[in-house]
Amino acid sequence: MNDATNVMENMQSAESVNVIETKGLTKRYGSLLVLNAIDEVIKDGEKVAIIGPSGSGKSTFLRCLNCMEDPSDGSIYFDGEDLADTKVNINTHREKIGMVFQQFNLFNNKTVIQNIMLAPVYVGTRNLRRAKWHNAFLWLTNIFRKKKQEKVEITTTKEEIVSKAREQAMELLGRIGLEDKANVYPSTLSGGQKQRIAIVRALAMNPKVMLFDEPTSALDPEMVGEVLDLMKQLADEGMTMVIVTHEMGFAREVADRVLFMDGGIIAEQGTPDEVFNHPKSERLKAFLAKVL
Amino acid sequence: MKNFLKKHWMDILVVIALIGLAVWGGSVVATRFSFAKKWVFFEEYFFTNNGYKILLRGMKNTAIIAVLGLLIGIVIGTLIAVIRVIPPYKKLVRYAQKVCTVYVAFFRGTPIVVQLLVGYYILLPLLGVRLNPVMSCVVIFGLNSGAYISEIMRGGINSVDRGQLEAARAVGMPFSVSMLKIVVPQAVKNILPTLGNEFITLIKETAVVGYVGAMDITKAFQDQGANTYEYMIPYLVMAGLYIVIVAAIAGLIKLMERKLAKSERRN
Repeated sequence: MNDATNVMENMQSAESVNVIETKGLTKRYGSLLVLNAIDEVIKDGEKVAIIGPSGSGKSTFLRCLNCMEDPSDGSIYFDGEDLADTKVNINTHREKIGMVFQQFNLFNNKTVIQNIMLAPVYVGTRNLRRAKWHNAFLWLTNIFRKKKQEKVEITTTKEEIVSKAREQAMELLGRIGLEDKANVYPSTLSGGQKQRIAIVRALAMNPKVMLFDEPTSALDPEMVGEVLDLMKQLADEGMTMVIVTHEMGFAREVADRVLFMDGGIIAEQGTPDEVFNHPKSERLKAFLAKVL
Repeated sequence: MKNFLKKHWMDILVVIALIGLAVWGGSVVATRFSFAKKWVFFEEYFFTNNGYKILLRGMKNTAIIAVLGLLIGIVIGTLIAVIRVIPPYKKLVRYAQKVCTVYVAFFRGTPIVVQLLVGYYILLPLLGVRLNPVMSCVVIFGLNSGAYISEIMRGGINSVDRGQLEAARAVGMPFSVSMLKIVVPQAVKNILPTLGNEFITLIKETAVVGYVGAMDITKAFQDQGANTYEYMIPYLVMAGLYIVIVAAIAGLIKLMERKLAKSERRN
């Protein structure tokens, strides 16, 4: 009983943490205003679906969240830092923001398992290299520091990082039932397999939030199901997700909150029930009449 | 047999006529230019007086200049191509891009002979670099082919889907690493045949290194002509040798291309 309340409390406090917060997020292409000062908060564990007509800026909004598109104005807070600030090292933050693309974008020159291992191995070896450099030049850099620094303890080797990444990659592949495809190149796979591998590639970095940019739009109809099933599993595990989608049924089922974007602003938002069953604005009503 | 003759009598006639024409023309030319006597001169110098050793040295130098020049060119060309596709947000990048533009314009805008002369007689001594003629040629041919390869490589990089770079950036790899591990390997695969052509061009262009006193195939035969006062046979043999070398390399490239195509089909 006591434990249960603790868990509940933990979940409550966890839910109140903001993962991504945008303030006045604006994007212009020349004179074309694509995003008009969007203020939005995405909380930990929340599943947000973004719907809207094409050209409404929903993909641009999603791509701005990890600075794939540089915002023209405004700020994006992630981990307490403003990603829109060019002084912030965007790469270390992108490690924690998984992204899945409409066109899968698996690396064509790498096998499936290399695709999944690439980023974890890169980050691991980079940190190892940094620690080694730090230790090697500590005697020199400490001369100029008021507060002397200690040596970083190095507990791992490159081989260990690689084998760990391989283990994790095989585990992830096992989860989607594609272990036998580990050593083939992406061009031999079907669209659904590619997209599921793209999803676990993002998962390999243990991201805090996953961004999905129309993950099923480029798929054959019979393959949409397997990808949506995997995304549902992720949602059930409590992953924070932002999903741009045209799959209204999926949005209704999985999302905690649905944003309707139109003309570069979030025109209406609410729970799936509010948005799909009781739309307020005329624009949303017209849109739903077309797509449902 | 009868059928064959019936079907192909026209072709056979043409072939016989052509062979006859060649033999007759050859004999006329041979007697008119006293081929046999000239061949004796050539043979004597080439085999008895160690002319073949000079030629071997020349072939070695040609190979060194072409291969090392191509390697240097690939490194420089890739570097320039990557710099030119960086989104120009930072001032430093914009300046680097301007430098690259000027570099490419200079090396594509002047003849290779001029570059050799200016480089070997003026720039390298001014910079205090002392290199033998062959190594100077390697440097200058490398710089020159770097300019051409940068354009080839830029096309290759543009031919790789933009999503590849985006996906690499999205998992947290910086621009340089994404380029090096994902985009450039795919670009190189796309432009391998074109790089082969660049190599053939380079081999043919090395014929001018005699201008700065480096021994190559052309220079070897020129020297032989100068020593025997007999140019006809050395120059004909030279032309034949270039054709054989280029044809061999072209064959290798074709083989490689077919292998690549096969691996693509399997993938």
